[in-house]
Amino acid sequence: MTRPDNPQPSFRPPLLRRYSAAHLAARGLTQRRWPRSWRDHDLDSRYDVVIIGAGLHGLATAYYLAANHGITNVAVVDKGYMGGGGSGRNTAILRSNYLTPEGVRFYDRSLRLYEDLAAELNYNVMFSRQGHLTLAHNDGALRTMRWRAEVNKVQGIDSEVIDPRQIKELVPHLDTSTDTRYPILGGLYHPPGGTIRHDAVVWGYARAADHLGVQVHQNTEVTGIDVTDGKVTGVETTRGDIATGTVINCTAGWSTIISEMAGVEMPVTTSPLQAAVTEPVKPFLHTVVVSGTLHVYVSQTDRGELVFGASVDPFTSFSTRGSLAFAEGLAGNVLKLMPALSGMRLLRQWAGLCDMTPDYSPIMGPTGVDGFLVDVGWGTYGFKAGPVAGEAMADTVASGRVPEIIADFGLDRFSSGRLVGEKGAAAVGH
Amino acid sequence: MMQLSCPWCGPRNVNEFHHDGPLHHRPDPTATTVEEWRHYLYIRENPHGVVEERWYHAAGCRKFLVVTRDTRTNTVIPAEGESR
Repeated sequence: MTRPDNPQPSFRPPLLRRYSAAHLAARGLTQRRWPRSWRDHDLDSRYDVVIIGAGLHGLATAYYLAANHGITNVAVVDKGYMGGGGSGRNTAILRSNYLTPEGVRFYDRSLRLYEDLAAELNYNVMFSRQGHLTLAHNDGALRTMRWRAEVNKVQGIDSEVIDPRQIKELVPHLDTSTDTRYPILGGLYHPPGGTIRHDAVVWGYARAADHLGVQVHQNTEVTGIDVTDGKVTGVETTRGDIATGTVINCTAGWSTIISEMAGVEMPVTTSPLQAAVTEPVKPFLHTVVVSGTLHVYVSQTDRGELVFGASVDPFTSFSTRGSLAFAEGLAGNVLKLMPALSGMRLLRQWAGLCDMTPDYSPIMGPTGVDGFLVDVGWGTYGFKAGPVAGEAMADTVASGRVPEIIADFGLDRFSSGRLVGEKGAAAVGH
Repeated sequence: MMQLSCPWCGPRNVNEFHHDGPLHHRPDPTATTVEEWRHYLYIRENPHGVVEERWYHAAGCRKFLVVTRDTRTNTVIPAEGESR
């Protein structure tokens, strides 16, 4: 199917040192060191916009503020290092086959931005459009998939329900026999989905934002937000106080803590999600495979490792320690899908913090405090939405009004009752 | 595996339990305001630190219990007089 071209930002980044094949060859021959991709700065006493969280969402917002709107007096502050939170702990899967029309439109815009991101940022983000396959093991799951496929098609998204024979052709290693505990009855196939190199996306946005004049401050923890007469006036950090009229909370895992500093209550609870990666093997899996019933998703990276993700842990916690119970359960479920993997070994496992909302949709836009905006509640689906969230939040700050694409995701939906229920398509096993 | 101490069954693996969350009070639906009710429905405490919360021993004695836990480390803090 045809997809209309992306509207390009009006202001292209004037990158000082563009990466190119010629540049790579010259550096290789001369053995000269590569220049740093972004700079360190002293903290100024005043910025137009302060973004809390130097992950994908914070850096993308900063980049689009500078690139699309010319707002460059921006500080991105992070208590740790760039991309060390959810941006470095996700499983880097991209897709747009959601359940609600507003969700599908939103994530599709993000996928389109991702398609052109490498060229726009002059940074290889290694987008691999390998297709995304969600498996149904019971009638209820298959019914939800038909529903999702129809919602997707109405929104112009390539998405269809396929049968076990087609699934076997796509992924020969899947056990499609009918005498298993969880036989595969069908699947939702979404060819535009795929994977991306998550660190490269973060670094690409950071480099481009830095070149446009945005300051990224790592190891700068926010300790307080000053609010006077219902309006933000500044931010207190471990490296000094900043005067500003606009603060954007782009954190994950800490979104309730930061929001409480501004006196804003959030309908968010935090739970860890565990993931794991195997030793590398030759390429054999050319599709992202997801099973909601078995609480697992599997993809193969360009390096050959298999990346496994799971559902969120069943209780709230800020601990990012992995558990043996998870590794055991995950391995068992993966082997139910692909018995041929029984000889593979796990290299490592980790956990990231997921800010869950009651309707499994994010919260974006203004709050009750003037000048305090949020881009939080990203649960298990934040990475795929980074570019569109950044674009829309930048638009919100620059224009002073909420763009249509995120209008349904405001904090006020919990008091007006207009929830965006994505539980049936948000991730696995909720 | 993380274990919780059930007052009836003793220390048991956490996957036997269902997490209910911090103790909260359900307002009387006939006497509450709309704002209070929505607050009860959607706003959750998300404590970063020690919290008293309710768990349900679903795969055991099926009784509710109150556990004091540090959400930063998942350390369970024994109640007074408890041996572990």
